[in-house]
Amino acid sequence: MKVYFRTIKDLPVEEHFGPGQLTCAGCGPSIAIRWLIKAAGSDIIVVNATGCMEVTTTSYPYTAWSIPYLHVAFENAAAAASGVESALKALGRKGILDTKAKVMVIAGDGGTYDIGLQSLSGMLERGHGVLYVLYDNEAYMNTGIQRSGGTPHFAWTTTSPVGSKLRGKVQRKKDIMSIVIGHHIPYAATANIAYPIDLANKVKTALDYLDEGPAFIHVLAPCPPGWRYPEEMTVEIARLATETGYFPLYEWDHGRIRLNPPSNTHLDKSRRKPIIEYLKRQGRFSHLTEDDIKEIEKEIDEYWDYLARLIKAFG
Amino acid sequence: MMEAKMLGIREEIVKERLGLTSNYAAAYAVKTVDVDVIAAYPITPQTTIIEKLAEFVANGELDAEYIPVESEHSALSAVVGASAAGARVFTATAAQGLEFMHEVLHITSGLRLPVVMAVPGRALSAPISIHGDYQDIMNARDAGWIMIIASSAQEVYDSIIMAYRIAEDQRVLLPVMVSYDGFLMSHTTEPVELYHEEYVRKFTPRNLSRYRLDPRKPITVGVIASPDWYYEIKYQAVHALRESKQVIKEVHEEFNKAFGTNYDLVEKYMVDDADYVLITYGGASSGNAKEAARRARERGLRAGVVRIRLFRPFPADELVNAVKDAKIVAVVDRALTPGDVYEGPVFSDVVSALYSRNIEKPVISVVHGISQRTMLADDFYNLYKMLDEYAKTGVYPRSTVFLGLRS
Repeated sequence: MKVYFRTIKDLPVEEHFGPGQLTCAGCGPSIAIRWLIKAAGSDIIVVNATGCMEVTTTSYPYTAWSIPYLHVAFENAAAAASGVESALKALGRKGILDTKAKVMVIAGDGGTYDIGLQSLSGMLERGHGVLYVLYDNEAYMNTGIQRSGGTPHFAWTTTSPVGSKLRGKVQRKKDIMSIVIGHHIPYAATANIAYPIDLANKVKTALDYLDEGPAFIHVLAPCPPGWRYPEEMTVEIARLATETGYFPLYEWDHGRIRLNPPSNTHLDKSRRKPIIEYLKRQGRFSHLTEDDIKEIEKEIDEYWDYLARLIKAFG
Repeated sequence: MMEAKMLGIREEIVKERLGLTSNYAAAYAVKTVDVDVIAAYPITPQTTIIEKLAEFVANGELDAEYIPVESEHSALSAVVGASAAGARVFTATAAQGLEFMHEVLHITSGLRLPVVMAVPGRALSAPISIHGDYQDIMNARDAGWIMIIASSAQEVYDSIIMAYRIAEDQRVLLPVMVSYDGFLMSHTTEPVELYHEEYVRKFTPRNLSRYRLDPRKPITVGVIASPDWYYEIKYQAVHALRESKQVIKEVHEEFNKAFGTNYDLVEKYMVDDADYVLITYGGASSGNAKEAARRARERGLRAGVVRIRLFRPFPADELVNAVKDAKIVAVVDRALTPGDVYEGPVFSDVVSALYSRNIEKPVISVVHGISQRTMLADDFYNLYKMLDEYAKTGVYPRSTVFLGLRS
């Protein structure tokens, strides 16, 4: 990533994502989008998938967006964005309209890992110059906390309840970054609302690459009602996700993979905080047994081992 | 005199006369109106449209972004995005593809985007059938689109040109579907007269004043509306579709004048003095019905045909005027509404139109040509004979008549 912003004071003062939305107090995705749009500036067109951020920011006759915004449906944000990008290209080339804008998708985990995966893959394969931002709050929060492909192992949701036979989500979280990187696009990165400067620089870097093809940013964005923690803890919990190694910050930049601070020291497990620090603050994990926690720890270690091998091959 | 004048116009505007399928005719129309963005996903019997368009783009004959999407859902979503950004757009599909994009059909009309789509109609699975009927198109009838059903390759070409003019009219801003018979038209070569580009471009100027996504004038498109607002916003689209009929009429009149044609919302064939009228849509039904009407007339039956060309908004007045003096009418559907009072979808529209204009007469529901079951002119001739018998006896069927069905 290129460094455009060194401190929070380097970020633009302008806000293009307005206050007064209908999000819950402590909403992680809302924080994510504020940083995203701040970094991106006003010359963008946002294509939003159906989800929390769509229903809370566009309630007619109000809008939180002072940049052009399009919402079509749940599973097709990448396809609609492909159309917007193609339109700007064609109209510019033919001298009909000269709309200068970068196209950015904002979609949740349901709209990306699950129902929107096909249209995302299509957009990446076709090479549209679109930045696709996944804000991951790890379940279908808009419909009231149902499990998605992005929900972690053992997490409680209303469709992965804690019962006498099954205890939370049975399956592991899908590795969306590997799926995206498998399309060999110029740039893909993870980011976290607790690290806004890292996030902002990744957004700028990604936007600069759009002439070459698509870019993807996977932002972890905690959800107080869905993860079951007090709303003032959102940023702290997000930070713990990275500090414990649960959500490593890294980027895929033109075939090279690189860990970003603070995750760049986390190949050494002793530098990571114990996973219990992250889990114990969230009601969705309150049913975990010692064995469950060991299992989660093992899965995180396995993922780090996978990352280590990737870095060895593509570092 | 009138015909001579029309001939004169066409000598000037017709660039060439080619043998084209309806699908190729559609592709030529799209090229001539200078579309900016095409989203393409193959499905029989539509595929040859997007193949031809791919050739046009590859050869530089059409300057457009051609998005080879990964599904029909994405095809319509992509052109929705492109249209919202101000582009002139096109896509095409049929059958399962139209079902797959059904969700986005409603969104397209709700967002008031002037998308144009060609649909050669095809039977729906299961069992899977690639052959033609109108089930896919009829399933899309409540999606708020303007729907035109053409009956020849020339009419497909002309209708797509008119479709852009209608869709982009500031008073309309609604999507338009131009449909026709799968295979019987989509893959049948007919002579088509193509026009010089300059005349078509003059007839279809771009509407650059409609709302679009642009950072210089940001708008929010695709909002959530509470029950306090949804009804009013939806009603605007419903109202616009109803009112679009006037614009469609105007565009037809202007097109006829500019291109020497004779299109109307319904086509009337020997109906002025007809006792027995078949109401049809599409190419094969209408062609067979006309042939049967000629034969019936030779045998002393006053037979006629009314072909519905504009399907949505439904041309109730035009249709009622065309059949009001007939003794008995039959509606020939190539689609089904299982479980309805009668199983022919357009039959219900016709009955509703007549009833609403206080016209009471026997109307027979006929279904034929499902999954391209062969329709013969004889079948339609026999239908006229049946109508004659019904009129004489006063006894007629009170349920749908399924023609061509093996018992």
